[in-house]
Amino acid sequence: MRKHADLIFQFVSLGALLVALAALAALVFDIVSDGAGRLSLQFLTNIASRNAEDAGVYHALMGSIWVIALTGALALPVGVAAAIYLEEYGSRSRMARFIELNISNLAAVPSIIYGLLGLGLFVRFMGMGQSVMAGAATLALLALPVVILSTREALRTVPSSIREGSYALGATKWQTIWNQVLPMALPGVLTGLILALSRAIGETAPLITIGALTYIPFAPDGIWSKFTVLPIQVFNWVSRPQPEFKANAAAGILVLMVLLLSMNAIAIIVRDRQQRRGRV
Amino acid sequence: MSTRSLEWIIERVLFLCAALSVLTTAGIIAVLAFETYEFLREVPIVDFLTGTEWTPLFSSQKFGVLPLVVGTMLVSSIAMVVALPMGLLSAIYLSEYSPSGFRRVIKPVLEILAGVPTVVYGYFALTFVTPLLQQVFPSLSGFNALSPGLVMGLMILPLVSSLSEDAMRAVPQGLREGSYALGATRMQTALKVVVPAAFSGITAAFILAVSRAIGETMIVAIAAGQQPRLTGNPFVPIETMTAYIVQVSLGDTPQGTIEYRTIFAVGMLLFVMTFGLNLISTWLRERFREEYA
Repeated sequence: MRKHADLIFQFVSLGALLVALAALAALVFDIVSDGAGRLSLQFLTNIASRNAEDAGVYHALMGSIWVIALTGALALPVGVAAAIYLEEYGSRSRMARFIELNISNLAAVPSIIYGLLGLGLFVRFMGMGQSVMAGAATLALLALPVVILSTREALRTVPSSIREGSYALGATKWQTIWNQVLPMALPGVLTGLILALSRAIGETAPLITIGALTYIPFAPDGIWSKFTVLPIQVFNWVSRPQPEFKANAAAGILVLMVLLLSMNAIAIIVRDRQQRRGRV
Repeated sequence: MSTRSLEWIIERVLFLCAALSVLTTAGIIAVLAFETYEFLREVPIVDFLTGTEWTPLFSSQKFGVLPLVVGTMLVSSIAMVVALPMGLLSAIYLSEYSPSGFRRVIKPVLEILAGVPTVVYGYFALTFVTPLLQQVFPSLSGFNALSPGLVMGLMILPLVSSLSEDAMRAVPQGLREGSYALGATRMQTALKVVVPAAFSGITAAFILAVSRAIGETMIVAIAAGQQPRLTGNPFVPIETMTAYIVQVSLGDTPQGTIEYRTIFAVGMLLFVMTFGLNLISTWLRERFREEYA
């Protein structure tokens, strides 16, 4: 009897897991069957249009690439610097504890709140307008907690003997960090950065909130240019009643997912190489 | 410049970067508080928090936030009904039953599930789940709370599962062995020993999941509708706090108007709710870390 209960419970818990996986399969199937027919080279090179058949994602794809590249450029140095401070300098001080608590709380603030911050601070107060710069600054704040956490983990994997060896040769603390610790931690840092950016590239709500346009027929030509991004273009198409636009939305999602998966693949390759090197 | 003063400057610069996170929190609070203060000068706070009609975009403006709060709660509750039991069961399977090879395959798949952009889940809810549910419930309208609630539950499940699994795997092996030695089955050990021992960690995961559900935006903006309505009926269109902020942001609402300020007032409420939940969750996790450190 007890054995039966145990077996049934095992199957119920496995069942819960399998239902989730089945739903994921349904999601992938739904999007591929709706969108694969619309994918073509034209879809990638055309801009937005009132005709569903002529519409493409070029402007939105370019917008996403601009925003994500700038987000990375802003989040990487600041995030790494913050992580170095917390891990190598201030890990025992009360201030560092307070900052840590604050970062873990920020990581769970809804992304749309960052959008309101971006709207109030970057778009209005600093006068950046609805530019690539304002969008990237908003997403960089959103990505920072993830970059900081993963960088700290990477720094922690560097053995202390490396630091002690460097000090023994007369290097200062910063020379040790810059010449020894950081290069060793670099693959871990980059993996964390790519993962943070792959989350940021799918973000829609904060960019809608700062006023990124839902209909814009050109690609950005600089950091002060107005822009739209792939997820916003998808949202725009989903919101229309005509079924042709739904197919466009599904095709747009496929482009977004390919972008996302290739970023994840790069992160996995980097992590893999690092692990292999660590074993030698 | 001497090496020593250079070192001093570098440490200060690094500190400033770390302090930026505190400034971010301060910035969020400042921006929200400023516009909310302006909003509350025109709308009494009691009317805002207890009013049952929300029509800031109509000519007869009413600013009672309750329909948005109730809409948010409705969708989040449905999501929790899906995510909590299924997430916990998945975690129990992965931590207590699963062969390690199976777990190595499943964990990355769950990570994919967690990494899918929410706009994709919104599309899935609107074009797949809603039509499917309409075959079962013909009275279900095209926009409703049920379908985005279920899909949101699916989205949050990996978070619940992975945090709960972490908590359960941190339970010392000796507790399990003691339980087996007394003749308990794996189910009895899981439910009566491991889950209670990991209770604060699991609770922290649940609270974080609620916070995620309340703040989730795109699924509800796409599939739940834009009709603020004080109802517990999951079959009709509603509007959540987050979906309202999106609705206003899509329009061209001029800065300084009361319509513009409503999104900050709603945002403030959202921030207070989620921040409170996050603090409780962090506190619980800290406690749990101390237990088995």
